[in-house]
Amino acid sequence: MQEKPIIRILLAKPGLCTHETGVKLLAAGLRDSGMEVIYTGVFQEKDNIARVALQEDVDVVGLSYLNGGHVALTKGVIGALQEVGRGDIPVIVGGIIPKADIEPLHAIGVAGVYGPGTAIPDIAEDIRRIVREASAAPALAP
Amino acid sequence: MTALPQAELLERMRAGEIGALARIISIVENERPGFEPLLRGLYALPARSNAIGFTGPPGAGKSTLINAVIRCLRQRGKTVGIIAVDPSSPITGGAILGDRIRMGEHVKDDGVFARSLGSRGHLGGVSRATRRIVDLLRRSCLDVVIVETVGTGQSEVEIAKIADVKLVVNAPGLGDDIQAIKAGILEIADIMVVNKSDLPAAASTKRHLEMMLMLRAANRDVPVLATSPLRNEGIEALVDTAESLLASRIPLDSASNRADIRNMIAEHVANTARRRLGLDGDPALAAQIDALCDAFAVGELGMNEITARALRLLA
Repeated sequence: MQEKPIIRILLAKPGLCTHETGVKLLAAGLRDSGMEVIYTGVFQEKDNIARVALQEDVDVVGLSYLNGGHVALTKGVIGALQEVGRGDIPVIVGGIIPKADIEPLHAIGVAGVYGPGTAIPDIAEDIRRIVREASAAPALAP
Repeated sequence: MTALPQAELLERMRAGEIGALARIISIVENERPGFEPLLRGLYALPARSNAIGFTGPPGAGKSTLINAVIRCLRQRGKTVGIIAVDPSSPITGGAILGDRIRMGEHVKDDGVFARSLGSRGHLGGVSRATRRIVDLLRRSCLDVVIVETVGTGQSEVEIAKIADVKLVVNAPGLGDDIQAIKAGILEIADIMVVNKSDLPAAASTKRHLEMMLMLRAANRDVPVLATSPLRNEGIEALVDTAESLLASRIPLDSASNRADIRNMIAEHVANTARRRLGLDGDPALAAQIDALCDAFAVGELGMNEITARALRLLA
């Protein structure tokens, strides 16, 4: 009966970076991959990101960084999501992420890290996998 | 998040738990398993709040105006729920839901709940599930429900069936007096808004709209109000007018409105028929439908006869 569920993703830029060309490009690319993209703009505080994720009941949160601070800021967002009771929503990170930071990001619970040059269809495919795996977790059974 | 029994979810929603409200919206929007009993439980609850609809062309400033209206309603102590619909791609089904960008100042406020919806192929200016989601918000813990349609052209009037008071938001300079007498969304307005009234063309746009309303046969007073969110002008007057309209009309509990429900059933029947005629029918049924298609293609049967036979096959 049900059609293929439409993935809802929240894209946000935490911190003080104003470069949003990348995240807008990604938003358009994910739209073209059939996802519903909620974009909130720049300067997003962790608590706001968590509140929007809660209200919009998104399947995944994507954070974009171009000028550092990504490990600490992402840790903050994951904590804020847990605080509003949605620690189950997977978080992914993209932008200028040095190779040395990929492992630390995974260690704090980030589900996917996408550096410069990653093709958008590949990101979309990976998001589908992440959402599939997250919703297959026993706690989410209908 | 663990799955909760429907009744408990509704209980939590009524108690003001945001997570529960958000989850119920998803279940209803996607018609997930369990959505039927959930809707039954929902419609058994009394509606608590009215819905104000905002429609109008893309770029008229609906989201920015709504942001200012929310600020005003919050100053008056009202909690607010917003359902904002943006267009889904007819090709991929994807969407950019960006109405929140203009409403960012309310994100920290516990008295404001906002949800973005993609139109998901539905053409009336809202999505197929919008009606039910608005009914849901009316029964939650919010005092006022605001519905923002996609940017509309001239004939997307479905908001008329969803909101108690309809605001048509116009921007200055989008057309002359002939545009203003055309049929369509202008006809459903309870309040006509000329937004961005700080722009020079606002006065003449207001005059055209007033003229159009004067010429119209319908014996109804439709105020034309100028607003400028930029200068914070006209917002109080707009909210006053909307509130007095809501107070002066018999509260429309849309769920108990038989004509509306009939529309909903008709839509559901059509969708069910489309689905069963399309992909997932059983092979025997598919073969019979194919035979009907072939009979039509060679002029053997007319559309009325085909429809009657198809309905019998689907029954």
